[in-house]
Formats: sequence, C-alpha cells, structure tokens
Amino acid sequence: MNAIETDADVATDDIIVARDVHKWFGQLHVLRGISLTVQAGEVVVIFGASGSGKSTFIRTINRLEEHQRGQIIVDGIELTNDVRNIAAIRSEIGMVFQSFNLFPHLTALQNITLAPRKVRKSARADADAAGMQLLERVGIPEQAHKFPAQLSGGQQQRVAIARALAMQPKIMLFDEPTSALDPEMISEVLDVMRELATSGMTMLVVTHEMGFARAVANRMVFFDHGVIVEEGPPAQIFEAPEQERTKRFLSQILH
Amino acid sequence: MTAETLPPPASTIGPLAWLRANLFSGPVNGLVSVFVAAALVWLALQIGGWATSEARWSVVTENLRIFLIGRYPGDLAWRIWLALAIPSVLAGMSAGVHGRASRMLAVTMSAVQALIAVLIATSPIGPLGVLAYAANAACVWIAFLLGLRGWIPRRALTIAWLVSLPISFLLLAGFEGTPLVSVSTNDWGGLLLTILLATVGIVLSFPLGVLLAVGRRSQLPMVRILSTSYIELIRGVPLVTILFMADLILPLFLPGEWRLDRVARAMGGITLFSAAYVAENVRGGLQAIPSGQVEAAQALGLTGVQTNIHIVLPQALRAVIPANVGLFISLLKDTTLVTIIGLLELLNIGRAVLAQPESLGARMEVYTFIAVVFFVLCYAMSQASYRIERALGVGTR
Repeated sequence: MNAIETDADVATDDIIVARDVHKWFGQLHVLRGISLTVQAGEVVVIFGASGSGKSTFIRTINRLEEHQRGQIIVDGIELTNDVRNIAAIRSEIGMVFQSFNLFPHLTALQNITLAPRKVRKSARADADAAGMQLLERVGIPEQAHKFPAQLSGGQQQRVAIARALAMQPKIMLFDEPTSALDPEMISEVLDVMRELATSGMTMLVVTHEMGFARAVANRMVFFDHGVIVEEGPPAQIFEAPEQERTKRFLSQILH
Repeated sequence: MTAETLPPPASTIGPLAWLRANLFSGPVNGLVSVFVAAALVWLALQIGGWATSEARWSVVTENLRIFLIGRYPGDLAWRIWLALAIPSVLAGMSAGVHGRASRMLAVTMSAVQALIAVLIATSPIGPLGVLAYAANAACVWIAFLLGLRGWIPRRALTIAWLVSLPISFLLLAGFEGTPLVSVSTNDWGGLLLTILLATVGIVLSFPLGVLLAVGRRSQLPMVRILSTSYIELIRGVPLVTILFMADLILPLFLPGEWRLDRVARAMGGITLFSAAYVAENVRGGLQAIPSGQVEAAQALGLTGVQTNIHIVLPQALRAVIPANVGLFISLLKDTTLVTIIGLLELLNIGRAVLAQPESLGARMEVYTFIAVVFFVLCYAMSQASYRIERALGVGTR
C-alpha cells in the first residue's frame, strides 16, 4: 500500500495509535482526548461505566463513528475522510457487536461468506470452504445452513465472530460481545475469544467479564466520562489500582 | 424424579361444540345467528336463481372474443396465444428451478389460462382457441418438470425473463412490412389490454420505485431532492390527470416524428404514477431495518451500494410485500381509468358491447362478468402474495 502515507513516528509493531481523540454527539463531549497505543498481538480490555465512551472509542477505530479531533492510525494508515483509507482500514479490522447484527435473511454460512465473495471477490467454492473451516473453529459446523433466528444467542455470536474473521483481519474489535447473552451461553463465546487471543490476534475488547480480562488481557484500560483514568496489566488493576475511581468501579462490579 | 412426558390434551372442539361456542352462546346471539343465516341463504338463492335461470349469459359468450382481445384481428389471435406461451413456459421453469416463492406464479398462469380455455369452449370462437389455451396451461407444467430436472441454468432463465416482456410486446404489435403484420395498438382491447397495462405497470414501476426510495434516503442532496420532489409531485396529482397529461401534453414536447402510440403513453402514465407509491412503501421498509445491519455491513468493508443490494433491500422488500401487493391490486383496477383517453380495456369494452342493440337489457350480465374477472385476478394476486410471504418467511426474525 504505497499510495497511503505512513506516519514516521509510529513504531513498526504499534498497530493502533490513537492520539488525543475527541468526539462530540451534538453538545455532548463523549471522548475528551483519548490517547492509546496497541501493539500487534496485544489483547486490551476496555472497561468502565455505561456512557463512559468506551464503545464510542472502539467504533471510531473502524470509522463507524467519526472522530472530530486528534489522530487515529491503524497499521500505518491514518483515518481521514478519504474513502480509500477507510476501506483499507476496515479490511484489516473485524468487529463483533453486542447485538450480533447477523443478517437475518442469510444462513450462518452465507453470513460468513458474503464479504469474502463481494469485497474480496473470492470464488463461491473457496469462500464456502473457508467459511466451513471458520464454523469449525468456532465449534458449530453443523449449524451452517440455519438462519440466525434458528440459533441460540451464543451460537449467533460465534457465527458473528466467524463472519468477522472471514475477512482475515489483523485486528478484532469486540463491543460488549457477551452482554446480550443468557448466562449459560457466555462461556462458549469467551472460549472462542480466548482461543483467538492465544492464536496471536490483536484484540480490543469492551467487556465487563473480569474473569476473562484477568486471564487473557495483556493490558486493561479504565474509561470514565470520556477519558482514560488508568491503564495497566490486569494484576496491577485488580490488586493495586492507583486511582480512587478505578477502585470504586471495580468494587461495584466485583461485589 | 423426572416428570413424565405427556401428549397434549385432545381437542374437544367438534362442529357442534364450535356452533355452540361461536353462534349460540346465548339467546341473543342465537337469534342474531338464525336471522343472519336466513338472510344469507335468501340472498344466495336470489343471486343463484337469477344467474342460473333469468340471466342471458349469451351476451357474454357471443361477445367473448371482444371481451378477451377487443378489436385485435381474429385471424391473428395466434400471436396473443404465442405471446402468452413465453411467460407460461418461463413461469413453469422458474417454479421448477427456484421453488416455492415462484410456484404461485406458475399456478396462477396455468389456472387463468385453463379458465380462459373453458370460457372459449362456451363461445363460438372454436375448438382451436380452447386447444391453444389448454396447451399453454399444460406448457407451464411441462416446463416445471424440465426446471425440476435442473437442466436450466439460473442466469439464462433470468435473462429470458428480462427479454420476454419486450418480445411478447413486439409479437403483439408486429412490424410494418414483415410477415408479422403490424397491429395498431388502437385495436388492442379487453382483457388483453387490461392485463398488458397492469403487467407493464407493475414490472416497470417496481424497480423505478425502489430506485426512488433509495434516492430519497441518499447522502447526495441533488439525488435526494429530485427523488423527493418527484414522489411528492406525483402523489399530489390524480391518476386521471396524469393519463390526460401523458396523452395530450407529452406529444407536444416530443419531436414530430416521435409518435409514441396511445397504449405506450398510458403504460408510461401508469408506471410513473405507481412508482411514486412503490417508493413510499419501500421507504417504509427501509426505515424498519435496524442501523446495526448497516454497521455490520460497513465493518465488513461492503460499499454503500453493496450494503443496499445484499443487506438492506432484500430485508426491506420482504417486509413490504403486503403493502406492495395491495398497491398492485389497486393498479390493476385503476387500469379501467384509461377509458378516459379512449382505450377500450375490459370495463369499457363491456360498455361498447352494451351499446350494441342486440345486448339491450343485459347490463347485469355484462357487469357481473367483468366484476368476476377482476375478482379472480385480484384474488389470485393476493393469494400469491400470502404464499410468497410464507415461502420467504424462513429466518426473517
């Protein structure tokens, strides 16, 4: 991608660099100067109260939300209004949503193969074979020809993960992937995410699953009112948080 | 201890229990039921008695050719039959290749043509006509079996459908100076014209309406403003006005040698009118698609056009099938309005028949016949839409 200029002061393994990112919804200042660097292969868990801007932040990384000030550089490509840059960045990022957002008129397999066939122009047979492999990876090859409405929540979210992986992204964004699930289905989704993390995928995960964070995250980031209050490895965040706000929030969610 | 799995309780509702529960649950209800039933029986006897003994159906059978094809030359009627054979075969093949959703079209095509064959059998048109339409009805099912075998490639079928309408049209119209003698559209009439106007109106206004609906939600201000003004302008004007304008004003703007014929102008007017309503129906469907669907498509890297074609429109169009079929049923009935620009569609042909001295006093028969024909067509359309909804219903929610 030599048509796209790369930023000189970005270290080669810094795959996501956000500098002083601001975002307003009308008058509401939801992101107030977020700076965060993520290295390739890192798993970063973002947590914080609802309305703290954590979902909005990860949505700015693939331009589902536009940031109005600051800089976001993904794999050396800066996010600007240039449609080519946006397309290039989106092709490197997979996203998993809280409410799955599977396409209800397509089967599980068709959900997965749609983007490879239409965006990457893969042949149908190749896309189908790759799609079946992904369904096996997330553990539900037997559901390939069912429609989303015929699957359980956990199965739907696993299809959604497979769909995002089908574009062979370098980065996966997870926006509260287990919040809409019944308790008994949470672990099947977390298992898939854990396997993905061990395979070396760069992951940005917004979640309240503290067990997952403690076991899998390299780093945890605490958001509050649109700023990063504290960040550090899980051990430090759980055992010795430096900020009063972090302590208070953790004591609330850990009971 | 595990609970036993029990079968559901047997239904206790027999016909008698149903009667008691629904019609005779109290003295007042019983009285109303008896009274209404008596009134219905009386009405049915009156109508049945008139239809079987008093009515002179000969006015319909004698003039059947005029009702069916207007003043289209009788010795060229084989071209109409051939023009119908094309969509019959294609409908059969589609039903075989695509399955449930398109099977209803095949059923309708064969049923309607079988009915026409029966009607022709009662008229002086002759056994050749009966045979022709019976053959068409049978063709549907032969093509269906061919389609089931999987010999017909899907893409070829789609292309065949796209070219079938113009080919059928040319077959009906013919060319000057060829063995296929040209037939002036002024001579087209009756059921032929009604169905032609409705089919062309439906087939052309649907894609145009979808484009307008998407255009109205476009990010580009020019496209949005143009689509919105078109929709608002057309919806603010009665169809009769648009037909008059298509007939009288349009020729003034076209260069002299561009003599668009009257039927084509009526088709244009109906299409442009109906497209605005299709657009608003489709827009309703587009608004019902959750924003998460578009976000998921964007996150996967689909472009705006791809998102519309593969994600948004398939769901939106499915949701608005009932509304659109309702619209197309009224379009079929609104084709009777072309009377005002002098075209003899089914209803106006009926009036022409009544103007003949020998059909004096046969108004009831003629209008009843026309009403029944319209009812059959509209009912077939609404049944088709229910079937399509059910066939496409898998996995919608």
